Amino acid sequence: MAVSQIAPTPTGGAKTRINDFSIQVATVNGSGSQTANTVLLRAIFQMGVFVSGKNLFPSNIAGLPTWFTIRASAKGYVARKASNEMLILMNAETAKEDVAKADVGALVIYDEPLQLDKLREDLVFVPVPFQKLVTASCPEPKLHKLVKNMIYVGVAARLLSVDMAEVKKAIAKQLKGKAKAIEINQAAADAGYDWAMEHLQDQDHIKVVRDNKTQGLIIVDGNEACALGAIFAGVTVVGWYPITPASSLVETFIEYAEEYRKDPETGKSTVAIVQMEDELASAGVVLAAGWAGARSMTSTAGPGVSLMSEFIGLGYYVEAPGVFFNVARTGPSTGLPTRTQQSDVELCAKCSHGDTQHINLYPGTMEECFQFSYDAFDLAELFQTPIFVVTDLDLGMQNWSSKPFAYPTKPYNRGKVLNQQQLAEAKDWGRYKDVDGDGICYRSLPGTPGGKGAYFTRGSGHNAYAQYSEKPEDYLEVVDRLRRKYENAKTHVPVPVFRNLGSAKGVLAFGSSDPAVIEAQDILAEGGLKTDYLRLRALPFTAEVDAFVKEKQVVYVVEQNRDGQMANIFRETYPEYATKFKSVLHYDGHAIAAKSIVDQITAFEQK
Amino acid sequence: MTTATPSAPTNKLGFTKQDYVGSKSTLCAGCGHDAITAQIINAAFESNIEGYRVTKYSGIGCSSKTPAYFINQGWGFNSVHGRMPSLATGASLANRNLINIGVSGDGDSMSIGMGQFVHAVRRNVPMIYIIEDNGVYGLTKGQFSATADQGAHLKTGAVNNLPPVDPCTLAIELGCGFVARCFSGNPKQLGAILKAAFAYEGTVVLDIISPCVTFNNHDASTRSYKHVKDHDFPLHDLGFIQYSEVEDVDIAAGATEHVTFPDGSKVAIKAIHDSYDPTDRFGAMKAIHESMAKGEFLTGLLYINPTQPTLTDVLNLVDEPLATLPESRVKPSAAVLEEIMQGLM
Repeated sequence: MAVSQIAPTPTGGAKTRINDFSIQVATVNGSGSQTANTVLLRAIFQMGVFVSGKNLFPSNIAGLPTWFTIRASAKGYVARKASNEMLILMNAETAKEDVAKADVGALVIYDEPLQLDKLREDLVFVPVPFQKLVTASCPEPKLHKLVKNMIYVGVAARLLSVDMAEVKKAIAKQLKGKAKAIEINQAAADAGYDWAMEHLQDQDHIKVVRDNKTQGLIIVDGNEACALGAIFAGVTVVGWYPITPASSLVETFIEYAEEYRKDPETGKSTVAIVQMEDELASAGVVLAAGWAGARSMTSTAGPGVSLMSEFIGLGYYVEAPGVFFNVARTGPSTGLPTRTQQSDVELCAKCSHGDTQHINLYPGTMEECFQFSYDAFDLAELFQTPIFVVTDLDLGMQNWSSKPFAYPTKPYNRGKVLNQQQLAEAKDWGRYKDVDGDGICYRSLPGTPGGKGAYFTRGSGHNAYAQYSEKPEDYLEVVDRLRRKYENAKTHVPVPVFRNLGSAKGVLAFGSSDPAVIEAQDILAEGGLKTDYLRLRALPFTAEVDAFVKEKQVVYVVEQNRDGQMANIFRETYPEYATKFKSVLHYDGHAIAAKSIVDQITAFEQK
Repeated sequence: MTTATPSAPTNKLGFTKQDYVGSKSTLCAGCGHDAITAQIINAAFESNIEGYRVTKYSGIGCSSKTPAYFINQGWGFNSVHGRMPSLATGASLANRNLINIGVSGDGDSMSIGMGQFVHAVRRNVPMIYIIEDNGVYGLTKGQFSATADQGAHLKTGAVNNLPPVDPCTLAIELGCGFVARCFSGNPKQLGAILKAAFAYEGTVVLDIISPCVTFNNHDASTRSYKHVKDHDFPLHDLGFIQYSEVEDVDIAAGATEHVTFPDGSKVAIKAIHDSYDPTDRFGAMKAIHESMAKGEFLTGLLYINPTQPTLTDVLNLVDEPLATLPESRVKPSAAVLEEIMQGLM
């Protein structure tokens, strides 16, 4: 066996990239590569280095190409990076194309029989005899396909100088409780590492050096963070329907509910979870449960929101609370179900026919996914309306490091609900009477005894006493109050977060674009262009957003869709400043990278 | 509490029948739906239903207007077309103490709402699901619905060439434990069945043939008062005995059979024509299909299985309504969050 010669950096002795690189792993989906990739990511994380992982997967169960990108960054940049310093190519089908696309100087670990080393001269090839190694290390042939991937973890650990103790720890964590699987996978990782120690020389392209940046941090995905927020918010009714990339939100919720939402004495459940026949029925369950006083939710993606939109309009008009998670994916239509986009902005802002406006929350970090999910239920009950929590596949399904979530100590706000005694004492109560002048009326819950408080909820025209009415003045009273209610939400939704470098030029973004914007801001500043960054966290826009729009010369609105949907909402909301908004767009299905933002803003500035 | 004169009879809760009415109906004079509303009011009164526990759901159409016309002490929710069952599902989960009545039509349930009908029945959602079935879309001025008989004529002369969907055999197929067909023109039978329905815990499917006097009551109609009356074959005389009032028996003399509910209530059955066993699922299917082939409406209690677990039972929920559980019972402690965070490190 030939000893692989790893050449010095082809770029002519450029500095070794320490804790600052991207690795892309190309595999076949359904081959167990997700476990191997997570172990590699965790091992680097345990070395104290900021790391993020993005899985680019097909809409398929098994057999199609999938790519996983791991980015390590000493500076804490966790957005997708446009270039990769290491490739691990396990998929014969894509290997040649992956090589063709590789960035100059990249280290290419590949399955030896693929014979890729003649394809290009500006890459560093590392052929590995995976089959031979897996045969030697794993006694059970039927498991070879699954543990083969763990071999590259060992090889990569050797090349990157990742401590094998951390790899072992990561395997144990990932396969918690499965002793045999841990043993087999650790043997495979060791086989890869031992082979690499014997056959590969040191390389000076990229390295992991132990740091202390991740002490006390967690690794989590947004769907799990949202599910946890909902668990702690005391959700009692969930109606849902499976859809990528939103399913794991409710599925994780179910797992936690099994553990933490059982009555300690009876073992009975304090939450009802029903997988409905479709998204329409899910929306019906959410709104009726909210109407009956429960904290209710569903989780879906764009196609589901489209189906729910008739019910969402009903919820808005009859003022029934409920929380709707939209983990957005690439549209329109079925689109790219396993790719990310922020293209449901306008859909969620004004979901349903007629004049409708909805409170939207846009978490941009894992802590916000947790906290906003918790807060959404307060807002839904306070404002008696459907609330959207809008994330996307990138936030929802990818691995993010985060500070541990702080326990939400704020007690629940169940909103304006009259109990039996209050109803008995109320004079001339009307379900839709604006007693306090804030647009929010007092409601009663079905089943309240005492003979007072019953009313008829209807999606047709109604007056302040919930009676059927087609009178213009009754109609206007309700819909104009709904508008006031929405305006009133401005002082209750999360305010924006700023990262100001001192500039009259503004950058505005939301949700999963945040890390790419931060990185782009730094790159632009290094090049002499300072920007002030506002990260929007909710609709309606708060006073802080008003001020930012007013004072900036230009506002670059960064978003992951084709049509500049958020910029459209800004132009509509602030028509006097409409020309200030310049769209910086990214919408190919991959998560946004800093480079795309830098290039577009630079181009605007050069005009 | 009661608003009627002292002379009006009261039920065991001290309510008069007047306490179970709703707003004035705005349907056409003579509409079968109003006769059904009257029987719901009567059955709720006689069954001593606590009005505040009642919730009423409907979709869109003439039938869906009717929940406003009965039990004003209960909460109503008139929703979107064909989606009433999901509302009843959500609210029944939020508060297991509610008594849920859904009123739908043949268009609302058998066309646009078929999916929700099927799945609510399959889940055995605790609700009385009433289909006010006239074979026609009244509110949009007389188009055929999916229950219209093959060969039926519209007033305009249009003929229905497609076979109908039968809600009763469909419900039995889906595992429904209480399926009945009634005729709005037979108040006695309908009243007895509604009382039994109030005592039943899971989904009750009542297909009530209810002629549309405006759009489907002409001579060539198979859903006119005259046609249904001529083709109505009641299976039995029914009586319902609530557990708490066994002394107050309203039973046809010579009743031969009883079906007993888990709470001890009983339905007494006296066969009219041939004997019919409403606990025999396959026999019921056969009898209904045979009668349909002859163009007859077999009415009465078609199938009953009093002991099916409801959705609430299956989910093993706590005994109290979920909606009003205090924060202390639904919010895990700080120690739990700490434990979860440790697991993610």
